[in-house]
Amino acid sequence: MQTVMELVLMATPLQRLRLTRTGRTRYESQMIQMQSADRAHQLMPAPIDIVPNDPIVAYFLSAPGAVEVDKLYLDSPALQALKAAGVKIAVPLVSQGELVGLLNLGPRLSEQDYSTDDRGLLNTLATQSAPAVRVAQLVRDQQTQARANERIQHELRVAQLIQKTLLPKDLPALPGWQVNAYYQAARQVGGDFYDFIYFDDGRLGLVIGDVTDKGVPAALLMATTRSVLRAIAQRLVAPGQVLERVNEVLYPDIPPKMFVTCLYALLDPDSGQLQFANAGHDLPYHRHTTGEVTELRATGMPLGLMPGMHYEEKQVWLAPGEIILFHSDGIVEAHNEHREMFGFPRLMRLVGEHEDGKTLKEFVLDDLAAFTGADWEQEDDITMVTLQRSEGYGVTEVASRSTTRSNEADGNNGNDWRTLAEFTLASEPGNERQALARVAEAVRVLNLPTKRLEQLKTAVAEATMNAMEHGNHYQPEKPVSIKVLASHKALSVRVTDHGGTRTLSAQPDIEAPDLEAKLAELQTPRGWGLFLIKNMVDEMHISNDASHHTVELIVYLEGESHASEKS
Amino acid sequence: MPAKSLEAHVRQQPRVAIVDLEGEIDSFAEDALNAAYAEAESRDSHVILLNFSKVDYINSTGIALIVGLLARARKSKRRLLACGLSDHYVEIFQITRLVDFMSVFPDETSALADGSKPIS
Repeated sequence: MQTVMELVLMATPLQRLRLTRTGRTRYESQMIQMQSADRAHQLMPAPIDIVPNDPIVAYFLSAPGAVEVDKLYLDSPALQALKAAGVKIAVPLVSQGELVGLLNLGPRLSEQDYSTDDRGLLNTLATQSAPAVRVAQLVRDQQTQARANERIQHELRVAQLIQKTLLPKDLPALPGWQVNAYYQAARQVGGDFYDFIYFDDGRLGLVIGDVTDKGVPAALLMATTRSVLRAIAQRLVAPGQVLERVNEVLYPDIPPKMFVTCLYALLDPDSGQLQFANAGHDLPYHRHTTGEVTELRATGMPLGLMPGMHYEEKQVWLAPGEIILFHSDGIVEAHNEHREMFGFPRLMRLVGEHEDGKTLKEFVLDDLAAFTGADWEQEDDITMVTLQRSEGYGVTEVASRSTTRSNEADGNNGNDWRTLAEFTLASEPGNERQALARVAEAVRVLNLPTKRLEQLKTAVAEATMNAMEHGNHYQPEKPVSIKVLASHKALSVRVTDHGGTRTLSAQPDIEAPDLEAKLAELQTPRGWGLFLIKNMVDEMHISNDASHHTVELIVYLEGESHASEKS
Repeated sequence: MPAKSLEAHVRQQPRVAIVDLEGEIDSFAEDALNAAYAEAESRDSHVILLNFSKVDYINSTGIALIVGLLARARKSKRRLLACGLSDHYVEIFQITRLVDFMSVFPDETSALADGSKPIS
């Protein structure tokens, strides 16, 4: 901030010198040049900066009054500049031990030297004017600061308004899914944003992004990115292509040194498939049914940095109960009083540790508050979007029926699934017998008819064998996780292995094996597992992601059972 | 898990070689099952009866083994019968259509009554 002091002594042209103080404040003194106007106009060299450690500053502070510049010999760039500018007398203006200015006088018009009286007058003038100059400087400083503050406040209000107007007002209402969002602006509004895009076929687009910079410029770029993305997403659909196109559109108009990180994901609520592409945004966390947390990783440069970028496209499947946390760097880059950073590992751990009761959003915010302490001033915007597939989803009909019941019974977020057992088994041949025994034990409370129980046991054994063999390749250190859940209407057994790369559709169309071909030894006699499972239970759902593969077996607990009818 | 989960012994009845199975029919059962079947074949009976009355577990690998036996029987023009299956495994034999190629009887007596008949 530059404070200008104008001190007019005589109606003579002025040559301005700048004096730099301690780096905090800069102010200018003026040289009153006692020369003819015409000549003075010819003498208008560039302003001179006096750096704080220039020896002349110390000299002026100790000098008793007017200083004859020509008689001064110091290794001082400012002194050279004063001499070059034709200054004959410099009178330091000192207030409370601080050099607040200089009265610089050129040669007298009479071309005579300055008399003792002159200097006495100048000294008196300097003594009396220095405090006034200081006060004037302070007032000017304050006014400038107030104007700047007002401008900043106004900008903040504009930025907040833009942000507030453009962030979604409602959360998506998808049966079988829970979507939550949280946005808390920092005092200096950052450029965080999130968005939901709805498609006619029922799919949902999720966007989370962060614009570099803060305030109005960031808010404007956020608004532009949001609009461009919305328009392109409707046309192109595939997340990788969408980001590619958005980058092309934004690149020419984006100011230098600004860019946007952005993750775009597309959810198919029916199958649980989530396709996504990422333009340099923080990686979301995916908590699996096994409790393990993985990152959703897809490579791509932030938007607006370079043209012609390609964005990797990946996909995962969310099994019932699984959750994904999308977040911005405001959480992981928060500092505590010891200047330690919250960090990614802590956030990832929280996603794994979260249990029912609080939402994941609340769980993270509580931990963040405990980490930063009470007096924390939020450093950056904090944004979170969570996407969770409800327990028991995949049994659309059952899920919707149980929702009604559970609201009456326990009000547990619209589903009444309870865990009957959860365990892991080493992938060793024969261990499927343990799986079926433990599942049979776990479901004893349900009093299943013998036939249904036997069917379930076979299905569990076959699913476990598949998991051990095809998912974990009988590597004992890779366990198979089994979770048994029950609602009022259905029983669910989830068998999860580490073979996430297997590609299978969520609703596999399993055909009956060709027994004639097997008997004629044209085909292997094997290959009965999935076919048996499908015929033993009412529903079977398969989901996988980069590292896990889950088969969910559903048995209806009341009403018609299609499994039993088949026989 | 024990390495050997199936015991299989052959009993000869008039016209019918009975393979008594006891235990579990899974991947561990392969050697015992095939050996017993080979022994039954060697008795020169045209009918081989698999007695499942003491079998408490058959998995998809076990089904594959039985399919293998059925293929061998068809090749050598033998009849393969089954008896003593629990209701659950009868259902599985139906679902897999094994019943279309091997007659399934509730017990040994009914199986022998049928298996002892001369081949028409």
